Amino acid sequence: MATKNLSDRPVLRVEGLCVSYGKVEALTDASITVGEGQIVTVIGPNGAGKTTMLSAIMGLLPSRGRIEFDSVAMVAPEVETMVASGMNLVPEKRELFGEMSVEDNLVLGAFQRYRMGLRDHAQTMEEIFALFPRLRERRTQMAGTLSGGERQMLAVGRALMAKPKLLMLDEPSLGLAPLITREIFRIVTQLRSRGVSILLVEQNARAALQVADYAYVLETGGIAMEGPASELAGDRRVIDAYLGVGGKHQEMLAT
Amino acid sequence: MDFQIALILGQDGITNGAIYALLALALVLVFAVTRVIFIPQGEFVAYGALTLAMIGNGVFPATAWLLLGAGVAVAALDGLGALRAGQARKLPSVFAVNIGYPLAVLALLRLLPLTELGLAVQILLTMLVVVPLGPMMYRIVFQPIAEATVLVLLIVSVASHVAMVGLGLLFFGAEGYRTPPLSDASFEVGPLTVSGQTIWVIAASVVLIVALALFFGRTIYGKALRATAINRNGARLMGIPPALAGKLTFLLAALIGVLSGVLISPITTIYYDSGFLIGLKGFVAAIIGGLASYPLAAFGAVLVGLLESFSSFWASAYKEVLVFTLIIPVLVWRSLTSHHVEEEE
Repeated sequence: MATKNLSDRPVLRVEGLCVSYGKVEALTDASITVGEGQIVTVIGPNGAGKTTMLSAIMGLLPSRGRIEFDSVAMVAPEVETMVASGMNLVPEKRELFGEMSVEDNLVLGAFQRYRMGLRDHAQTMEEIFALFPRLRERRTQMAGTLSGGERQMLAVGRALMAKPKLLMLDEPSLGLAPLITREIFRIVTQLRSRGVSILLVEQNARAALQVADYAYVLETGGIAMEGPASELAGDRRVIDAYLGVGGKHQEMLAT
Repeated sequence: MDFQIALILGQDGITNGAIYALLALALVLVFAVTRVIFIPQGEFVAYGALTLAMIGNGVFPATAWLLLGAGVAVAALDGLGALRAGQARKLPSVFAVNIGYPLAVLALLRLLPLTELGLAVQILLTMLVVVPLGPMMYRIVFQPIAEATVLVLLIVSVASHVAMVGLGLLFFGAEGYRTPPLSDASFEVGPLTVSGQTIWVIAASVVLIVALALFFGRTIYGKALRATAINRNGARLMGIPPALAGKLTFLLAALIGVLSGVLISPITTIYYDSGFLIGLKGFVAAIIGGLASYPLAAFGAVLVGLLESFSSFWASAYKEVLVFTLIIPVLVWRSLTSHHVEEEE
């Protein structure tokens, strides 16, 4: 299935991606495209294969299919090369370095750039602190002592230290209070205006569809629907399955 | 036992303890980053000491051949890997580093008048020969099975230890060697005579521990190693390759091992298989620190050193037994006081 997201400059093009855990196929023939400066969201229920898809694109899991990033075909993607070429994943579990300070966590986000000889992490860190003033207050604190929302901010900030072209966020709202979720989504929108393309995987479909430009619905390991986010948000099947009716309260929180 | 004997034993214990502390730190580091219980740590001590002894005697150290052999193996592995990934342009640098470097060291050892060099240059040469064996060993032995269980890694670790002891016998023979002390000075402190070597050992250990603390606290590569130890997946996502972390860790472990060998060989006669016991004592200290805490491991090392020197006075036949028996109460105490905590989230 070829994707219909016709962006003039795709950052990421995935075609016919298949991932199996042993004999069980978790993802079948998934094709998605993320255009430059776009927010693209993948929504779907638990166990649909959303995290699997991100892990495969990042090279954490072996996969079959074609992954083209920044117009370069990635043969057997490896995490290290993906990070070096400008892709970054904020995983669902955050994977922070709990016994290290906020500042050290951020510095390590720039490790790959540092290794390539780009020693501008002090300046990038100032930009991150401007985006997340809370992190500046907590800069010497151990990452493990942060609250859930601060952790998510740190995880996003750490990924941004690598100055990625494409940022992949796995369930950024998971386990966060609604107000903090709103804050995170506000920042996601802000990032787009800075030219970072974003691939957002969410269970909170309402909030995701509001910020995204284009959306895919992933069900039991395959892409079931796709379309511009605003169209999908008005689609009967999406409303019934993922948005529910009369969610005034949800709507308010998501803005 | 009078006070003076106690002082002498205490001095001995602290001197040995300082060396065990270095080894314990290396063991904790290797385990934290790679999950390998690094049994061959002691062999790096023996290889370091004996290579220095050979160079001191003007004999070409056979460990240089091992360096060349390991270099060729690494070049073959990395070369094949580069070819498979379609990166043939990496081949020249792979060969230059892994084969060119050992050849350069070999040439140095052949051309230099080994016996006429100062002790400092001889030590430097020893390090050039033995330290790179650490990362090479990681590349050849542990990198292909980096995802294996701790038990498999331990078994392979024991196997590498046995292989290295065997090679040690081949390289150095069954005879033991001592190297000249780093300093012949001695000082009278009250009733106690403190030798220059003792001061060297303690000072070098302290300097090395401080240097390691700075490396881990201040440099981005040190932080990357810590990060790998804390959260392997998180580190991978930052583009910190586990293989790089592994090689860097083994480099540090080998460096610590060789320096310990250089420090201990003027105090004790070192045989091809002496490394194992020395390494094991570092291991006891590391266990006291739960294979996780650096300060506790260093404290444990001094404890092991003192216990060893006092038990060699009272019951010299049982001194090793007493030191290793220390593990049992420590394990009992640790199992009673610590409880396993699941990773949160």
